[in-house]
Amino acid sequence: MKLYFRYFSIHLKSLMQYKASFLLLTVGQFITSFSAFLGIYFLMSRFHTVNGFALHEVLLFFAVTLMAFSLAECFARGFDVFPSMLGNGEFDRILLRPIHPVFQVIASKMEFSRVGRLLQAVLTFALAIGGGEVQWRWDKILLLVLMIFSGAVFFAALFVVGASFSFFSTEGLEVMNIFTDGGREFGRYPLSVYGKEMLRFYTFIVPMALFQYYPMLYILGRSENPWLCAAPLGILVFLLPVSLVWKLGVRHYRSTGS
Amino acid sequence: MTARGRLAGSLLPAKKYLALFRVRFQNEMQYRVAALAGVCTQFVWGFMEILLFRAFYQVGGEMPMTFSQLVTYEWLQQAFLALFMLWFWDKDIIEAITGGNIAYELARPMDLYNMWFTRVAAQRIARALLRCLPILLVAFLLPEPYRMSLPVSFGAFLLFVVSTALGLCVVAALTMLVYALTFFTMSASGVRIFAASIAELLSGAVVPLPFFPEKWRLLAELSPFAAVQNLPLRLYSGNLAGDEALFYLGMQVFWLVALVLLGRILLRLMRRRLVVQGG
Amino acid sequence: MIELANISKTFKVAKRTGGFGEAVKSLFRREVTYVHALDGVSFTVGDGEMVGYIGPNGAGKSSTVKVMSGILTPDSGECVIDGLCPWKDRKAHVKNIGVVFGQRSQLWWDVPVIDSFELIRDIYAVPEAVYLRNRNRLAEMLDLGELLKTPARQLSLGQRMRCEIAASLLHDPKILFLDEPTIGLDAVSKIAVRDFIRELNRDRKTTVILTTHDMQDIEALAERILLIGKGRILLDGTLEQLKHRNTGEKKLTVEYTGGTLPTMDGLTLLHRQSGRAELSVDPGILSVSDAIAALSGQVEITDLSVQGMDTEELVVSLYREFRI
Repeated sequence: MKLYFRYFSIHLKSLMQYKASFLLLTVGQFITSFSAFLGIYFLMSRFHTVNGFALHEVLLFFAVTLMAFSLAECFARGFDVFPSMLGNGEFDRILLRPIHPVFQVIASKMEFSRVGRLLQAVLTFALAIGGGEVQWRWDKILLLVLMIFSGAVFFAALFVVGASFSFFSTEGLEVMNIFTDGGREFGRYPLSVYGKEMLRFYTFIVPMALFQYYPMLYILGRSENPWLCAAPLGILVFLLPVSLVWKLGVRHYRSTGS
Repeated sequence: MTARGRLAGSLLPAKKYLALFRVRFQNEMQYRVAALAGVCTQFVWGFMEILLFRAFYQVGGEMPMTFSQLVTYEWLQQAFLALFMLWFWDKDIIEAITGGNIAYELARPMDLYNMWFTRVAAQRIARALLRCLPILLVAFLLPEPYRMSLPVSFGAFLLFVVSTALGLCVVAALTMLVYALTFFTMSASGVRIFAASIAELLSGAVVPLPFFPEKWRLLAELSPFAAVQNLPLRLYSGNLAGDEALFYLGMQVFWLVALVLLGRILLRLMRRRLVVQGG
Repeated sequence: MIELANISKTFKVAKRTGGFGEAVKSLFRREVTYVHALDGVSFTVGDGEMVGYIGPNGAGKSSTVKVMSGILTPDSGECVIDGLCPWKDRKAHVKNIGVVFGQRSQLWWDVPVIDSFELIRDIYAVPEAVYLRNRNRLAEMLDLGELLKTPARQLSLGQRMRCEIAASLLHDPKILFLDEPTIGLDAVSKIAVRDFIRELNRDRKTTVILTTHDMQDIEALAERILLIGKGRILLDGTLEQLKHRNTGEKKLTVEYTGGTLPTMDGLTLLHRQSGRAELSVDPGILSVSDAIAALSGQVEITDLSVQGMDTEELVVSLYREFRI
């Protein structure tokens, strides 16, 4: 942990060298997610409801996804830009150090400009909570925090999958965007709006619904089933195959060095 | 720019531009696996958007577009993404600007605006050609109601082609403006992200403009961004026709002329700034 | 103690093809070729030795270094370094080694060098007292002084390399791998780096393995040379022994006009450029005076000098000898 803060302070120091560019990027990030917000707002003010959810409810789904995604981008950025770390030999250096490579990849890149997106997510939360009719209790607040946290872990895990593939080939890696950027985009709305089949896909294959959809049903009072609160923990199961793929990738790299 | 410089620019043989185009195309061909990946991504994207709108259409109410028009709009948007989205940047040009090589580019006896403009357009065409066919093919074969429809009439198709060409030129002119602003602010990515997200919203890439609330729709339709993809895609499906269509085509021409003029002025200012700084 | 026995490594390389049809085909089936990067490499390096590892590009130098530093797992063969197998006991092993890549940086670009040093201290869990002692010693020997407070991106290449080397030694490694440490440096920095490495080896008995293309590095540093080509160790000996091998081989530099140079056994053309030629003479076959006589019989000699071979030429003639 102490080591992580050492990295953290180095990132902050580097950032201070580029204040203006950081500020512009942060504002840019905010604007990007703001236009996504406007998109929801436009459609919801015309239709008032989608799949039985009202504007303030949809905004909660949007905010959870956005916050989880931007946290993952902030802190697991190394996996997101992993092909470049392979290309410039940074990963070789990582293997030369007596610390677990995963820790080093996470610690060696932090993208603070995602604060712009985070801010958008916080504002949206405020809007959704202020205008909605949810009775906020301690258990629901805790659940919301758990959802955001497990969502961040989920997106970080997707970055790791992409990084693992890049050990084998960087061509065609763009496909991963379907799940990473796609997750962020499609997660603006409750995942059930895309139909039963899609919801099933997002439950069992790429389990985004476990943090984005099911626990939210409990928060919104659509269901009293307390088991829904445990859904975010299902993300942990997803981590198993992901860590396997990563290990395969590292083994491949260390046997080809390319 | 001197009169002679302008002459040299306009007299650049068409062959030269054709060669430029060929280089871009070959360049794209090198990344065909990436293109294939892009096609998959865009296809999924389009499909998810359509599913989302299906949920909204189930709510009912008065619709500014028929579902079939919307489906066609979404598929065309994905197929021609590379043609119309502002955020396809040219790394070499940006590097030339931020790295200072621009001084050499500006010193060449060629019209830099024409050259970069052609380059930007050629890159977009090459990329779009490679990617649109598989998407369109699948979209035409999908079962109803997700199938893409043919243009409503031959006239609509002609208008679509004309305004696609104009739209491409508008987006290239916008790209040139962004590059020029990059020079003046010396910010690597701030300006670009900023411009890209505003363009995305106002060109109807997030939500088609007809779904905007009245005031927002008016604002968007009068902006240059609506002259990019909004127009051709709605002409194709017959969502816009008749006098209205002609009016917006006129707007498209107006914005093209205005943006090119503005871009040329900025480029001239760039040269002046460079001369002052001593290159 | 470093022991390598029969290390082999083969890489699969996908063939890149042109044409669209070929490309589509390659999506499904890739044609591959096999490259034997290491083909039974064996050698032993004792504690405190300083070894120059040379060979042309693609001979297998960096693959060997990667194997010895635990980054690369070989297909077969044994490697034991201080009782550890680099790729199996990677974490324990890397604590014992320091690695400098001449073309890459391990310093953080935008922060003062000292911050990078402190991060490295924490990564290797170096006790504070040891760290301070090492840092001060290295700063003095490499004349780092003010450089430590400067962000890495503002350093010149030579200054940065000195900092890089110091960064690789903060944790007191017993073995130091240097991959082209003087590449791109100016003459003064080169000498500073060489002096430091020699001192390090002499005073602290650090084992040094050095790959380089710079023959002055070899001359200044390497007591022992390993020559690798096409994945095999071709020669292993001291610089003196190598020179001895080609003993008496002399270099003739002639300036001449007219005629063509004679070809004969024992006389090899090294280099020729408009009226000036360098030839090597193998006295076992041909005496120097016979060679000169033969030359003057064919061309009009305007100037002539006879020298022994220097290291650079020695290496060139070795490469030629082994056809690598």
